[in-house]
Amino acid sequence: MIDEDVPIGEDELQAYVDERLEGRRRAAVEAHLGRHPEQRDRIAAERRHRAALRGQLQTKAAEPIPARLRIANIQAARRQKAARRGALAAAGVALFLVGAMAGWVAKEEAPSFALSSAPPATVAKGATAAFRTFVVEVAHPVEVGAAQEEHLLQWLSKRLGRKLAAPDLTAFGFRLIGGRLLPAGSGAAAQLMYEDGTGRRLTLYVRATEGTETAFRFRKDGDAATFAWIDQGFGFAVTAVASRDELLPIAEAVYEGLTPKG
Amino acid sequence: MVDPPSLLEPLIPSLRRYAYALVREHAAADDLVQDTLERALSRWSSRRPDGDLRAWLFAILRNLHVGRHRQARRRGQAVAIDDAEPADPTADPGAMLEAHDVLAAVDQLPEEQKSLLLLVGVEDFSYDEAARILGLPVGTVMSRLSRARRRLRSILEKGPALLRRVK
Repeated sequence: MIDEDVPIGEDELQAYVDERLEGRRRAAVEAHLGRHPEQRDRIAAERRHRAALRGQLQTKAAEPIPARLRIANIQAARRQKAARRGALAAAGVALFLVGAMAGWVAKEEAPSFALSSAPPATVAKGATAAFRTFVVEVAHPVEVGAAQEEHLLQWLSKRLGRKLAAPDLTAFGFRLIGGRLLPAGSGAAAQLMYEDGTGRRLTLYVRATEGTETAFRFRKDGDAATFAWIDQGFGFAVTAVASRDELLPIAEAVYEGLTPKG
Repeated sequence: MVDPPSLLEPLIPSLRRYAYALVREHAAADDLVQDTLERALSRWSSRRPDGDLRAWLFAILRNLHVGRHRQARRRGQAVAIDDAEPADPTADPGAMLEAHDVLAAVDQLPEEQKSLLLLVGVEDFSYDEAARILGLPVGTVMSRLSRARRRLRSILEKGPALLRRVK
């Protein structure tokens, strides 16, 4: 028997929507809704919306956890970051000492690591624009595919006026899919594109530019992250939809891969 | 003491789901989860050992999101180029339309109402826990939940009506 005199609260209706009522209270709410069709329709709609929302989001929770969110990887990155902070502090001291000495010893020749801020930003901007244009390309992401890697690199090297190698990024899950030639100011730029197993893409962008040498510069433009630097008259940029910490080791590997050994 | 990975990893799928429902962009949602986990690890020793780990993580994520949202509003929002909803081929078209409508409609709610519907309706937090995550008294949570559902219903009822007219 259901007691019709017990009033029903809105909080109980909400608990009913959330499937959190049991036994007598649930029966009382159902009886109440039976007597009030307009409330019954509202609560039925709210229950339907709740179920639909759960259904829509179900696939998201069923996805495998991406590598970058595995706790072990986050802990390793934290340790690395701490170590790098230490190294950077040491490097800062060294730079200061070298700079002080250079300034004291030879005034006429500027030290080669003098940091001018404009060129890397220009390179990063060009790289980001090219990234946005071609990374979303499904049919023609590259002009020349990785199957003709040798031809691709010869061609790009000739047009750039610099020997270009394609750094090996398989350690990060990225493999070369090809490249293309792009206009850049009065000259040319080369874009090499990489892709990982999930279809995520990364580009390496190279163009001739002024300046001799700079440190890595980080730039985030929307979701596209870029590390850019200048080395011996060329600007380099590594761009991907990634976090700074994720992209830095890749940029370091690219830098290593491009620097002629010996 | 149990180590962080075995405690945290089982919670990642639901954190990703909440983050995605909040930001509606897969990579940005994972950034948010990653920042949440980093913050949780950096404050691991300061968490209350008797407190609920899951509620603590959701509160961190939500606070990060709210802080960022404020920044993004000042700077202007980035729009995802390629962020299609994953379609479920087994669902019938009518149900899918409504399912899609609900997520899109939830998106139109103020953040607090959106979070409330997600924490209670999807993540199955108790009303007490949801209140603590959002920093609200429990009584307020109940009345806001009711208001949020009412508002969601009115958004959805306007939507399909418009579709029918167009058809």
